[in-house]
Amino acid sequence: MPASTQLPALTIDDIRHAIAERQTSATALAHDFYTRIGKEDPEIGAFLTLCEDRALAQAARIDALAAAGKPLPPLAGVPIGIKDVMVTSGVRTTAGSKILDNFIPPYDCTAVARLEAAGAVILGKLNCDEFAMGSSTENSAYYPVHNPRDKSRVPGGSSGGSAAAVAAEMAVATLGSDTGGSIRQPASFCGVVGLKPTYGRVSRYGLIAFASSLDHIGPFAKTVKEVALLLRTIAGRDPMDSTSAEVPVPDYVAELETPVKGLKVGVAKEYFGAGLNPEVRAAVEAAIQKLAELGCEIVPVSLPHTEYAIPTYYIVATAEASANLARFDGVRYGFRVKAGTLSEMYKLTRDRGFGMEVKRRIMLGTYALSAGYYDAYYLKAQKVRTLLTRDFDEAFKKVDVIAAPTSPTPAFKLGEKVDDPLAMYLADIYTVTANLAGIPGISIPCGENHQKLPIGLQLFARHFDEATLLRVAHAYEQTAGYNHALLSGR
Amino acid sequence: MKVTDKDVAYVADLANLELTEEERACMLRDLNSILEYVARLSELDTDKVAPMAQVSDRYGKDKSDDEALQGSNRFAYAIREDIEHGLRPSLPHDVAVKNAPDTDGTFFEVPKVIER
Repeated sequence: MPASTQLPALTIDDIRHAIAERQTSATALAHDFYTRIGKEDPEIGAFLTLCEDRALAQAARIDALAAAGKPLPPLAGVPIGIKDVMVTSGVRTTAGSKILDNFIPPYDCTAVARLEAAGAVILGKLNCDEFAMGSSTENSAYYPVHNPRDKSRVPGGSSGGSAAAVAAEMAVATLGSDTGGSIRQPASFCGVVGLKPTYGRVSRYGLIAFASSLDHIGPFAKTVKEVALLLRTIAGRDPMDSTSAEVPVPDYVAELETPVKGLKVGVAKEYFGAGLNPEVRAAVEAAIQKLAELGCEIVPVSLPHTEYAIPTYYIVATAEASANLARFDGVRYGFRVKAGTLSEMYKLTRDRGFGMEVKRRIMLGTYALSAGYYDAYYLKAQKVRTLLTRDFDEAFKKVDVIAAPTSPTPAFKLGEKVDDPLAMYLADIYTVTANLAGIPGISIPCGENHQKLPIGLQLFARHFDEATLLRVAHAYEQTAGYNHALLSGR
Repeated sequence: MKVTDKDVAYVADLANLELTEEERACMLRDLNSILEYVARLSELDTDKVAPMAQVSDRYGKDKSDDEALQGSNRFAYAIREDIEHGLRPSLPHDVAVKNAPDTDGTFFEVPKVIER
């Protein structure tokens, strides 16, 4: 490997240690990452906006601490990227949409503020599907993201920029958002670790809302340990978000080494049915076998309503989106089409400002909520959501975690599904259930197919039991010897 | 239930979307294809199932008893005491209008709403 790629391959612990020991500085590291972004990103497209002034000011604060011999915060100098659906004070935030092309937020998202308070250096804002609506990042109004493992393929979505930036080592870690799989599916496609926490675990203050009962913020990194550290940093009650839960935040990192022997791992046949790519099946089954070798007991469970998850999700998510996106009307911020009347101004601004997939979802959601269809679609979907959640309640009476594939296939080609919205929606078939039920889910690399495309293992746990989820993921990662470094050919 | 041209025009109006002819045709096709897929939800008998609006309804509740999930009590954890003093300051006026496409510095400006 050329020397320039060595430094960015570091983990969070390596960086903190190197800065504390004065082997490098946060400033030098930030410059190295910007150089790497300048070199790699033109072919990947992970970043939408860079914020060098903010990054270098933070790096200088860290370097001053190190120079004074003061203790360094846990994420000291760690270069991090933020999905562009989280607002950043003074730094353009677009949500991947033309309607927010010129939007400069006046405040910071809580998760971003907590990372910076822990010493992280925010490099810039990451590309995504417009308003996080998509499974390939091809719905970005700016440019698509290319998968660093195979640039002819999508990185997954909607947090495609967040996954690709970590995989291409243009950031040590990133934040993404997950409404139906938007952290886990791109983590799987790009061969990195991605975690969707429990609903209420991480404040959503400053997250541009897509579907409020399904939206989550979560971290991406190369290893489970780093994801645990990031979660510990961003989790916990925030008075600015009334849906953030009053549940204590354990030390996820300290708990990683607790042995997993004796834990019960559920396997649901509904996640291994028709449509699952045979190579993905083989890799996930081999991973489950590894968990058995670690002393976990493998227990068959049933999640009988799984086949109804996608239709339920696409009604609930679009209904909520149609309400949330009503605020984009060209009055208070963002793009406006000048027109003679207010009504024309609204309609033209929204037609020109939103992309096709966003308009499609607003239409579907408005239809599902409209008089005469509310009971048949929206109320029905809310009831099926109860059934899907009960499936997990029953399963978690018997097991501690559930193992499944993250996605039915490895990364598909750019352009392959853009003309067929339904085919694109089915890419989320194994991930949307965790959003509907609010349980935590993680995707970790568990193999590759014959084309060297990464495959992800997904694990679910009970509400607020990220500690067990991360422990099992960490134990698997240690034994599997299958991680980012191997995928990168190091 | 098949979506018609008229439905598309009606829903676009509700959603404040001025769709082009081409977009209307596309919406008609896509909405029908997606709703046809969604129709499978009617296979399930949900007459006795309570709807679920929020995940947090379920925290700390007896999950086998959906009746326990109803009412304002389920949101009790999110409700705070009224505050009279020490309120968090709002955004300063100039910051709040800074992103406005059209402003006189005091108000957001829009085309005239009321005709004489």
